[in-house]
Amino acid sequence: MLEIRNLHANIGDKEILRGIDLSVQAGEIHAVMGPNGSGKSTLAQVLAGHPAYEVTQGTVLYDGRNLLEMDPEVRAQEGIFLAFQYPIEIPGVTNAYFLRSAYNEIRKAKGMPELDPLEFLDLMEEKTKIVEMDQAMMNRSVNTGFSGGEKKRNEILQMAVLEPRLAILDETDSGLDIDALKVVANGVNALRRPDNATIVVTHYQRLLNYIIPDRVHVLAHGRIVKSGGKELALELEERGYDWIPGAAA
Amino acid sequence: MSSAIESLVNKEYAYGFVTDVETDSIGRGLSEDVIRLISSKKNEPAFMLEWRLKAYRRWLTMKEPHWGNLHYEPIDYQNIIYYSAPKSVKPLQSLDEVDPELLRAYEKLGISLNEQKKLAGVAVDAIFDSVSVGTTMKEELSKYGIVFCSFGEAVQNHPELVERYLGTVVPHSDNFYAALNAAVFSDGSFCYVPKGVKCPMELSTYFRINSADTGQFERTLIIADEGASVSYLEGCTAPRRDTNQLHAAVVELIALDNASVKYSTVQNWYAGDSEGKGGIFNFVTKRGKCAGVNSKISWTQVETGSAITWKYPSVILQGDNSTGEFYSVAVVNNHQQADTGTKMIHIGKNTKSNIVSKGISAGHGNNSYRGQVKILPRATNARNYTQCDSMLIGNQCGAHTFPYIEVQNNTATLEHEASTSKIGEDQIFYCKQRGLSAEHAVSMIVSGFCREVFQNLPMEFAVEAQQLLGITLEGSVG
Ligand SMILES: Nc1ncnc2c1ncn2[C@@H]1O[C@H](COP(=O)(O)OP(=O)(O)OP(=O)(O)O)[C@@H](O)[C@H]1O
Ligand SMILES: [Mg+2]
Repeated sequence: MLEIRNLHANIGDKEILRGIDLSVQAGEIHAVMGPNGSGKSTLAQVLAGHPAYEVTQGTVLYDGRNLLEMDPEVRAQEGIFLAFQYPIEIPGVTNAYFLRSAYNEIRKAKGMPELDPLEFLDLMEEKTKIVEMDQAMMNRSVNTGFSGGEKKRNEILQMAVLEPRLAILDETDSGLDIDALKVVANGVNALRRPDNATIVVTHYQRLLNYIIPDRVHVLAHGRIVKSGGKELALELEERGYDWIPGAAA
Repeated sequence: MSSAIESLVNKEYAYGFVTDVETDSIGRGLSEDVIRLISSKKNEPAFMLEWRLKAYRRWLTMKEPHWGNLHYEPIDYQNIIYYSAPKSVKPLQSLDEVDPELLRAYEKLGISLNEQKKLAGVAVDAIFDSVSVGTTMKEELSKYGIVFCSFGEAVQNHPELVERYLGTVVPHSDNFYAALNAAVFSDGSFCYVPKGVKCPMELSTYFRINSADTGQFERTLIIADEGASVSYLEGCTAPRRDTNQLHAAVVELIALDNASVKYSTVQNWYAGDSEGKGGIFNFVTKRGKCAGVNSKISWTQVETGSAITWKYPSVILQGDNSTGEFYSVAVVNNHQQADTGTKMIHIGKNTKSNIVSKGISAGHGNNSYRGQVKILPRATNARNYTQCDSMLIGNQCGAHTFPYIEVQNNTATLEHEASTSKIGEDQIFYCKQRGLSAEHAVSMIVSGFCREVFQNLPMEFAVEAQQLLGITLEGSVG
């Protein structure tokens, strides 16, 4: 589904990704771990198409198509979803309106009919349950004044509504209490289907108790320096990153 | 500025066409003779001519104000045509007599004067250049005793009302532009809602400048008698021309005991091209007087047009327990300049005012909020709340805030909040990541920013305003 080859990316003059290779198949869950500043969010943002990053080398194929040529909104319409490490606030725009617009835009791109506000309300009733979110949050401005945990939950709600094929979760577990962590994990697991995939960026092994990854990768200094099965996460928890060749500071 | 935003910020002005109608214009320039001519063309009673001449003589002694944060070439007042009227407009018995060319012009603007196709529940008075070309729904309104007609007709048919209220809120000597307007104004809208009557529909005036080199000087006078209420909307457009045209209007609102007037403006005069050439100079005096107890006057404005806007819709809170409100969205793009805001003058006890101003600057636009809150000694327990937010789109625009506060009674409560934000690349990216186009994203972000103001517009026009904002900022709003 996703083939990343020798991906290099800069911000300004600074090279952050320095040759990433990663391949994700439909049905898989991949965990990406690694020290602060190693480039995890950069990878996520580059995959989503953030204009601040410049790809200098390498290719990314998504279902065999050149992902890097697509506009960010096209990537979203094609099923790529990024749960932001720092979700953005949009004052004055209700969560419900924002999400319905996004939902309909994606439906339109797929040639499906749009939902009117009432039909959408029904859908929301179902989806807010998955993330155990109060319906009242839907009438508040997008992320505005949300607590850290509420913002993360809201990202998962959006994911549950938009039903992406490839979801990238950038530290969605950071700052969550243990109950919220389970909610996020349930959200991801509920969405799991043979034809979609998830990349989970995290610092904590505990999330991976709930979301069992097929592969775990260590990103350091802009490269994937080690990959393994789910046991790798446990080992990292115990030993840190320094023992891995190429990961030391 | 990001290229996504930049491409959004540039869109053609859709109302820039010129309508070919024969006009009856007088020569350029201003003198007592010109004023006499205007007055006689309009067949006015003596009190009107005297009032005009008084204003003119006063104007001659006044200086153009330059305290606004605005920059422009001097205006040559002798090079302006002070009266231009479509020839076909003689006193009309019905709308059937309106020149079809004019009806078509209004249709193009999306305003139907045709009775069959009239907007549901909205009465429209259409002002073309200097004169009213037609007022719809008159009969319906007259059932309630409501007078809604052109100013000229009001002078003919209700001279006592005009004489009684004209200039009581904005005197002929008020300021340079108001004095000029008093001297030469050629038409406008007039509305009187009698005691106890709640006007059953929205009233609306649509202003259109068509001729070249004319100034447009309308005057609107709205009176809500005791216990009456009315909601009024004004819209404006002008053709695309590369010279600047002057628009110096005056609006006076009067609310007597327990009366309320809601006045909404969607201003979309031609703003000039992307280089800053041409466009309307909009120097307008709007003021309301809460003359009676428990009265209320509310201004809502969405200002997206004009090369220059100089405008401070104000409320004099004279009656005890009266309320004044000002909700404003002002958008500047390209080289537009806006210096706008409000004045709330608290005179009566327990008077309350509420100000919400949203300024949006894009391109090289320069947006200033200027607001005065004045609490006079007798105004015990006066309250004011002011919220003043600016949004910047790009790096070359400006936003400024000039609050003036004067408190002469220490029981007053005043609150002031201000903020400046920038539409960020990150906000737009977030929306795009959810599948929305850049255009949709900017439109959504800006609408969100303006939400509190749009909520105060009559339903029918909230949507229009939102779309207008989209067009003005296209490349930055939708
Ligand atoms: N806009 C920017 N300007 C300059 N440097 C940047 C910018 N954005 C990111 N960087 C740098 O790029 C590097 C990688 O950042 P990134 O956010 O991808 O790290 P991360 O692995 O997600 O870290 P964390 O675990 O702390 O979230 C860091 O050194 C960071 O300072
Ligand atoms: Mg990160």
